[in-house]
Amino acid sequence: MAIISRGFTGRRSAAEAKLPPGQYLTTDFPVLSAGPTQHISLDRWEFTIDDGSNVLKRWDWKSFRELPSETITTDLHCVTRWSKLGTSWEGVSLDVLLADLKTDLPYAMFRSYGDYTTNLPVKDIINKQAWIAFKYDGADLAPEHGGPARLLVPHLYLWKSAKWVKGLSLMPHDKPGFWESLGYHIYGDPWREQRYSEE
Amino acid sequence: MSSEAYPHLDGNAAAGELNRIFAFDITATEGQCSNCGARRRFAEAHVYMKCPGIVARCAGCGHVLLRLVNAGGRLLLELRGMTYLALDKSQFQDSSG
Amino acid sequence: MTWRTATVVGLHDETPTARTLTLAVRDWPGHVAGQHVDVRLTAPDGYSAVRSYSIASPPSADGRIEITVEQLPNGEVSPYLTEEVVAGDELELRGPIGGWFVWRSDQREPIQLLAGGSGIVPLMGMIRSRLLANDAAPFRLLYSVREPEAIFYREELEALSAKHVTVNYAYTRAVPKDWPRPPGRVDRDLIASVTWPANLNATCYVCGPTGFVETVADLLSMAGNRREKIRTERFGPTGERK
Repeated sequence: MAIISRGFTGRRSAAEAKLPPGQYLTTDFPVLSAGPTQHISLDRWEFTIDDGSNVLKRWDWKSFRELPSETITTDLHCVTRWSKLGTSWEGVSLDVLLADLKTDLPYAMFRSYGDYTTNLPVKDIINKQAWIAFKYDGADLAPEHGGPARLLVPHLYLWKSAKWVKGLSLMPHDKPGFWESLGYHIYGDPWREQRYSEE
Repeated sequence: MSSEAYPHLDGNAAAGELNRIFAFDITATEGQCSNCGARRRFAEAHVYMKCPGIVARCAGCGHVLLRLVNAGGRLLLELRGMTYLALDKSQFQDSSG
Repeated sequence: MTWRTATVVGLHDETPTARTLTLAVRDWPGHVAGQHVDVRLTAPDGYSAVRSYSIASPPSADGRIEITVEQLPNGEVSPYLTEEVVAGDELELRGPIGGWFVWRSDQREPIQLLAGGSGIVPLMGMIRSRLLANDAAPFRLLYSVREPEAIFYREELEALSAKHVTVNYAYTRAVPKDWPRPPGRVDRDLIASVTWPANLNATCYVCGPTGFVETVADLLSMAGNRREKIRTERFGPTGERK
């Protein structure tokens, strides 16, 4: 049983808000990373979609930024228990990136510069549920927060919103990514508190 | 120092958590990176503590040496990135010397 | 390694933003200079935060240790420990932790200590430990700070006899009056002029923010010190660990 530290509250706001179970509200934006901050120059950045054998689509920064984008205001829920509400982003919807792509492969593995990966069902990244975001709070996305571009999938825990994203591989079966392969839930719904994989 | 670059800590920072599992002090242990073959004390590994787990990377090539996740009822430890850990038997003394 | 209860029994300000806490720790097993403890704070709603702090005091048998905490601008735990805590408060801690970044009094080789900011804390533990030992080898300390007001343990360092520990300072932002060098970071020339020559095979201990440690470890290596003779402990960018 932990000792309660008299007068300690931590860096959290007292505001009442509807949060997923087990979460605390925060007003800052913690930087969490499993590796060094990636610094990718825009002239070498690219985003590719492949199916494991063939590259189906590819964009460089210029062609990516010519795609229609939208602003999103959303809440973030990190599995380390902090939640940040009302964050604003600008990004390209995965609906745009996957448009006229004919595939029946139901799963995707997102890949990042560095060695990070995370897996998602394709049905969770279509229909206005996911974006490749390049602006946060009106400014270019900073490298420490995943810039030049990161995945944003707010309905799942934030580890699924891969920073420094460089592409996705479509797969026939679900396979665990970086954290999913070591104890974290394969899906990660914060409202059902799916933090960890069951035995 | 730029606030952009998220700097790593080192093996010393992970010792508190890793000491829950190992019977010896991990920081003085020598490990070999299974990617580049470099042999270093675990204290010198580049450690990322601010993420959903602890990630220790080779100071030379950046390959993941070790990961530790505190997953509710279980502690999960992955050591794939190290070919071996070598300990001095004198390390089996209590770490208070 | 279990969490133990520690009671705050003393408080001492080192600088306007850093404070030393003396803690009486239940069932403290003793420690070796250079080791650290993890301190855990728990809010009434169960939220908890853990931070690592190096032990500043030398090994002793009285079950008490000292840690020095620097208040960080966006800190979550350091403002509590430097401003809120009073004598009698209880904390939880576990330790001692670490077996590599340590100095034991049976080490006979010359010792070179290099501190960046709050990295002085574990090295002061080593210095204090060294003063209790009779025939240990000589120490040199290079202590890099922003400005003179940022020095921890100032009187104690000034009172050190060069017979045991030679102290040199580097100031990165503001220097004392009549200081011979302009403000600046530790560089190759400073390493060459105040640290043990590499052929003496000194064991070097470098502690401070990650950027400081990486730079200084490289400088020591370029000066001829072998990598296995250079031991490092990194704090976060602002000095916070974790």
